Amino acid sequence: MANVLIVAEQHAGHLRKASLHALSAGRELARRTGGRLAAALLGSGIDAAAAELAAHGVEVHVADAAVLEHPLAEAWAPVVADLARATGSTLVGAAATAVAKDVLPRVAARLEAGMATEVVGFGGEGSDLTFRRPMWAGNVLAEVEITTPVKVFTVRPTEFAAAPREGQGELRRAPVAVDAASLRTRHLGFVEVKSARPELTEARTIVAGGRGTKGDFRPVEALADALGAAVGATRAAVDAGWVPNDWQVGQTGKVVAPELYVAAGISGAIQHLAGMKGSRVIVAVNKDPDAPIFQIADYGLVADLFPALPELQAKLR
Amino acid sequence: MPLKLLVTAKRVEDPESRIQVKPDGTGIVTEGVNYKLNPFDEIAVEEALRLEEQHGGEVVVVSIGGARAVTELRAALAMGADRGIHVRHDGPLDPVVVSALLAKVFEQEKPDLAILGKQSIDDDQNQAGQYLAERLGLGQATFASKHDSLESEAEQKRLPGLAVSADGTRVTVVREVDGGVETLEVRLPAVVTTDLRLNKPRFASLPGIMKAKKKEIREIPAASLGVDLTPKVAVRKLAAPPARKGGVKVADVDELVRKLRDEAKAV
Ligand SMILES: Cc1cc2nc3c(=O)[nH]c(=O)nc-3n(C[C@H](O)[C@H](O)[C@H](O)COP(=O)(O)OP(=O)(O)OC[C@H]3O[C@@H](n4cnc5c(N)ncnc54)[C@H](O)[C@@H]3O)c2cc1C
Ligand SMILES: Nc1ncnc2c1ncn2[C@@H]1O[C@H](COP(=O)(O)O)[C@@H](O)[C@H]1O
Repeated sequence: MANVLIVAEQHAGHLRKASLHALSAGRELARRTGGRLAAALLGSGIDAAAAELAAHGVEVHVADAAVLEHPLAEAWAPVVADLARATGSTLVGAAATAVAKDVLPRVAARLEAGMATEVVGFGGEGSDLTFRRPMWAGNVLAEVEITTPVKVFTVRPTEFAAAPREGQGELRRAPVAVDAASLRTRHLGFVEVKSARPELTEARTIVAGGRGTKGDFRPVEALADALGAAVGATRAAVDAGWVPNDWQVGQTGKVVAPELYVAAGISGAIQHLAGMKGSRVIVAVNKDPDAPIFQIADYGLVADLFPALPELQAKLR
Repeated sequence: MPLKLLVTAKRVEDPESRIQVKPDGTGIVTEGVNYKLNPFDEIAVEEALRLEEQHGGEVVVVSIGGARAVTELRAALAMGADRGIHVRHDGPLDPVVVSALLAKVFEQEKPDLAILGKQSIDDDQNQAGQYLAERLGLGQATFASKHDSLESEAEQKRLPGLAVSADGTRVTVVREVDGGVETLEVRLPAVVTTDLRLNKPRFASLPGIMKAKKKEIREIPAASLGVDLTPKVAVRKLAAPPARKGGVKVADVDELVRKLRDEAKAV
């Protein structure tokens, strides 16, 4: 029997939606292994988020301490590892966010565990459990086995439904034995990308721009706003400093799966496709009829984006 | 203060290559595939060279793998790294094993800073640096980036994004996280992993390539380092992901709007 611990995340007092997707993955694992599911929440002043999490019917271990205010991997890893031991959890996972990718490998090292990143599905039961995950920028799906007694993983939120609100889980205080003075890492600051738009990973519609915008994202943003959509970008646009890094979609950026993804001035490199090919409907606007993006787009429009996007915006109204 | 910098150089499939799974699912088709230095490691090497230019010191580059990994070590030496370490290992690897081996090399070399890529573009695990930091009990700053863009003046001048304090005791790192950009200060020695926007790696010059041929590469058999070499993440089977069928080209915006409304019901 393997108990499951899902590490949830909160930001500014609110539970992150990605964590509810990870909770579903945890439920599935508990079912496959016959174990119990518990969740952990770390931070400082996180009661509201913890209550929100518990309302999804899971026992929540709350590690609330000033030293955990910022997600410093060095400080968080021992707390999570101790909790895994205390709850007898041999499966420890989280949504594949920047925080989890930073922290969980350190947790795995402490627990002498192997780890699988960006898991999209599970196979087998009990001791035969396997993890399905993409490799080579999504060109390959691998079925991997983790041979250590404890197994650590992150899941891709788009591949698991959000856990519904059901039942009421218990809230428990988790011990925090981290000495702030011994930490070798210090948080100096955070510059938030402020936006009134929906978050990329949660948006129903995304309008994304690439190098074809030549740095002018106005038509992309205007269409996005008309559709109530989030704005995405390619690495080329981020590297050029045209848009914040937080907008990057792809192998090394965010993985999204909206109902509708409009790609404008984007060639369709495999590293970009890795982040958006799970979208339900893909529209490509590109002036090069041979651009690879057309090979995966449901609807391709060979056109200059500068007149095409405003026209689309006007006609969708 | 001169800095001793340890950087990693993994041999991986060229990101431009077409990757296909063998029909029996045991691996990928390697015929016709080019190999190169992992793009994130290229950025790590570049960053180390910039730090060396600024502070003085030494850049030691390490690769773990079979005989051919020497090619990637030479590529890093041609960019300007000072010497190479080849941890010779012919079997499969995973971040558990890689980090255990790197920890041994770290203990031998005692660098001020280890710079790794944030992920290998073959296994896409994004773990080795974090495992390494925990094994060594060090602080880490993953996904290192910088405020300036790759088109900025600072980038033209090849200034490092990592800021090491004048007394060589701390490094300040700007990192890409969800929702924005975070700044951390980490006490040295430390482990940093690179994101894409940290720098634009230089191309090796012809004299650089010539010089690299004479630079030292020390081979260390992995088995001599006293590390369990069995991967803990075992790949059982590979498969092609479900293919996405391309659809149709539309004649104009009117047709696109009609299709989105009536056919796809997406707006
Ligand atoms: C290790 C690694 C990781 C990477 N990770 C990512 C990632 O996570 N995400 C990502 O996006 N990329 C990533 N990349 C980069 C990727 O390989 C491509 O270089 C990048 O996606 C290209 O961006 P682009 O499509 O905007 O630019 P380009 O490839 O230059 O394409 C621009 C397109 O715009 C079209 N165009 C030009 N003008 C117009 C116009 N007026 N109207 C309409 N169309 C126009 C052109 O026909 C062209 O097709 C990665 C690369 C590497 C090596
Ligand atoms: N075989 C290897 N040799 C040298 N460095 C490696 C090796 N494997 C991984 N690394 C380093 O670890 C980073 C993260 O790798 P991974 O955890 O496999 O995604 C890579 O960018 C490399 O810098």
